[in-house]
Amino acid sequence: MTQGIIAVAYIVAAILFILSLAGLSKQETAKRGNLYGIAGMSIALTVTIASANPDALAYMLVAMLIGAIIGIILAGKVEMTGMPELIACLHSFVGLAAVLVGYNSFLKILWGENHVSGTMLNVELSEIYLGVFIGAVTFTGSIIAFGKLRGILSSKALMLPGKNVINLGILVAMAVLMGLFLHEDGSMLYLAIVTALALIFGLHLVASIGGADMPVVISMLNSYSGWATAASGFMLSNDLLIITGALVGSSGAILSYIMCKAMNRSFISVIAGGFGNEVKSSVVVEGEYREILPEEVAERLKQSESVIIAPGYGMAVAQAQYPVADISRKLRSMGINVRFAIHPVAGRLPGHMNVLLADAKVPYDIVLEMDEINEDFPETDTVLVIGANDTVNPMSQEDPHCAIAGMPVLEVWKARSVIVFKRSMNTGYAGVQNPLFFKENTHMCFGDAKATVDKILKAL
Amino acid sequence: MRIGIPKEIVANETRAAATPNSVKKLLKLGFDVTVERGLGEKAGFTDDAYREAGAEVADRDTVWQSEIIYKINAPLDDEIEKLREGMTLVSFLSPRVDTQLTEKLAAKKINALAMDMVPRISRAQSLDALSSIANIGGYRAIIEAAHHFGRFFTGQVTAAGKVPPAKVLVIGAGVAGLAAIGTADSLGAVVRAFDTRLEVAEQIESTGGEFLRLKFEGEEDGSTESGYAKVMSDEFVRAEMELFAEQAKEVDIIVTTAQIPGKPAPKLITKEMVDSMRPGSVIVDMAASSGGNCEYTVPDEVFVTESGVKIVGYTNLSAGLPAQSSEMYSTNLVNLTKLLSKEKDGNICIDFDDVILRNMCVVKEGDVTFPPPPISVSAAPKQAAAEAPKAEEKPKKEKGMGTLKGILGICGAALFAVIALYAPQEFLGHFSVFILACIVGYYVVWNVTHALHTPLMSVTNAISGIIIVGVLLQISPVVDAITVMAFIGILLTSINIFGGFAVTHRMLKMFNKE
Repeated sequence: MTQGIIAVAYIVAAILFILSLAGLSKQETAKRGNLYGIAGMSIALTVTIASANPDALAYMLVAMLIGAIIGIILAGKVEMTGMPELIACLHSFVGLAAVLVGYNSFLKILWGENHVSGTMLNVELSEIYLGVFIGAVTFTGSIIAFGKLRGILSSKALMLPGKNVINLGILVAMAVLMGLFLHEDGSMLYLAIVTALALIFGLHLVASIGGADMPVVISMLNSYSGWATAASGFMLSNDLLIITGALVGSSGAILSYIMCKAMNRSFISVIAGGFGNEVKSSVVVEGEYREILPEEVAERLKQSESVIIAPGYGMAVAQAQYPVADISRKLRSMGINVRFAIHPVAGRLPGHMNVLLADAKVPYDIVLEMDEINEDFPETDTVLVIGANDTVNPMSQEDPHCAIAGMPVLEVWKARSVIVFKRSMNTGYAGVQNPLFFKENTHMCFGDAKATVDKILKAL
Repeated sequence: MRIGIPKEIVANETRAAATPNSVKKLLKLGFDVTVERGLGEKAGFTDDAYREAGAEVADRDTVWQSEIIYKINAPLDDEIEKLREGMTLVSFLSPRVDTQLTEKLAAKKINALAMDMVPRISRAQSLDALSSIANIGGYRAIIEAAHHFGRFFTGQVTAAGKVPPAKVLVIGAGVAGLAAIGTADSLGAVVRAFDTRLEVAEQIESTGGEFLRLKFEGEEDGSTESGYAKVMSDEFVRAEMELFAEQAKEVDIIVTTAQIPGKPAPKLITKEMVDSMRPGSVIVDMAASSGGNCEYTVPDEVFVTESGVKIVGYTNLSAGLPAQSSEMYSTNLVNLTKLLSKEKDGNICIDFDDVILRNMCVVKEGDVTFPPPPISVSAAPKQAAAEAPKAEEKPKKEKGMGTLKGILGICGAALFAVIALYAPQEFLGHFSVFILACIVGYYVVWNVTHALHTPLMSVTNAISGIIIVGVLLQISPVVDAITVMAFIGILLTSINIFGGFAVTHRMLKMFNKE
């Protein structure tokens, strides 16, 4: 196959990938977007296989077949609550693949299969070095993230003494080793050392981030997997890889930015560790809360004209999204205006809550973003807060010294009445007490979210 | 302990201090409940309903044997006779006005809690019987007005001509006033309201009324720490009376709710004002029980003036809606019981550390404990001084961010310069593709709707599997380290590609519009 055709095919694939992401801008065009992605990938694969070593075709096909089967089974079986794990797992594969590509490229140079010299050798070697580094960080980082999401590892932030020094030390060591690696025109030893360092770095980086910061971590790893792909593209002088890597990299970076913004935290502070070491709030929240029974909640809902449901990750943990969706259907059939209010970090992934609700067959046009719905709370009769805490905490606006000060939140307390579903009066992830629970228009409905919601459904 | 609920013996009383609903709740708190035969007949609750709820239905004397008595109206003399030492009585007692009653109760060596002494603090709202009675009364006042008015409230344009909407003036925007405003508004009337407390303006407007302001020099606010309005200066009162005189000529209906605790109600509507009103107009005086806001008011009667204006002076408006009034009052009592019996074990304890109970308690073990020490309440707490440091911190942080951004920018520029100087031509070509792709990615991804961020991640996962191209090109038929690693690489990235696209497809299929 001529180089010309390959180049054109790659450009077409790259354009299709861009169109694929563009298609996701709206629900209506999203499915088409995914098809563009599949088309682009098919073109790229066909052309690449046709131009690769024809004698190794059998290896390629066998490997791809096994991969395809595993992939499709995984995709078919995964629960929507398990999406973050799947995504973390897939990130780790990209990371590992980038490491493998890096090593292979290096071996080709070492074994003389690829002749380069002068500045080009240096460029090539630094690309390999960086590609392997990023790939390895992504690999172990994603594995730890996977473990935390699965609950195999504790979701608490690992607090090693001087952890920031460890991180910085590794980065400095990486830079020094890079100089040595280039100076020697490539050395397996240095590459191995830096791989080991990168693996440890990825491990430590993600281990020291707490559970509720996972949306940021996953987006960050998404971004890294893109940069790793781009680095491999540089190694192989392949523009398709570079473009795709850049797309994925910026996508992940933007998602991390959005997540950080939603928590009013800087990216660095998320990386540098979780909550807990910040200035304690001077405001003491206390008072009496009012309890309400599920049957009374049902009564109240029936008498409302408009209802907003504000779910948090606790709802997904309790698997309450299905009865909640049933409640919303039932209320809507009574002519009550029911909508869902989603805080950007109300899940373990960006957009996770939307997927969970979509899975429970909630139509997407009644699922609104925080910015779209915040103004509507004062005209709302009843708000149900299910498994959310920090994302509905008025403290963030009232107390400039608390850990979540300035974080944009759902202003549920402005509604006529608020019902909070909770297991107990414990604080949320950020450890900040929630004055919402003591407001006059708030009632607490204690118990397991699913059991309570089921009871309400029955009473409706 | 046993709670007894006797039938009210005051004339015209239709309400009951317990309903089958409240009986159930009291039983849950560990108490036994005995109600007098025929307790709820005027409110529509049968003895059977009480029995079904778990109460014992007995005759009058048995009920008065209970350790605790829940009532609505203050006990009359032959009821006081029945009180025995150690009993606890809960009812309206008006200790500010009726000091004799307090002494009589003290002489009986009982505990007495006054439902009209619930402090106006937010924690006590759930047992504030005055508020719930006032709420019902406000509603009923408008219904009475409509009944006597004999015309439409709402404006209509019919084939037979145009009907203008009725104009309603509500004086005093407490709980009763606000309920009246809301009711009149929902009937379609034009509602105006006046209150000496400026802080209620917003509440008036939110219930559908128009807040009337005085043409008065120097704003005077009638808000007090007790949550009631205070007595205003003479000058203020003069301006206020002018306003009423002016309004009286215009409006069809006046509802007055102005009351000052422990004092006779202020006379706000003079005879001249009433005479200036159109014939057929109605005044509902909700303060009739404490003397009335209108000079013509006759308690418990409808008085018609010579000019044909009706003045409704019913003192027990809430008795006009007996079922709901009983339901609300009995719920107030249940909430009080929760405070009295924190352990929910059927025993009560009048804990003086609890400001609500302290305030309500008029007689404890035969000692008069009225008046209680003052409690301060205020609807809008003063802004804390904590605001100041906030303002200082912000610019500092922004400045820090600015410097950081500057440094990053300089670093970036330097990096570009180094790359441009030393990198070979071929690399620069790829590098420009990379930068352009980042920019395209930036704009494309910002357009993605928040709801699709998870599919976005899975699709980017799939397309980052494009790294497979690299490993595909590296594999060769010779089985060596490179081929083995490439084989593993192909396998893993295939999982990404196929799994990523498949799961995205699955998710997107779930997103449905109605």
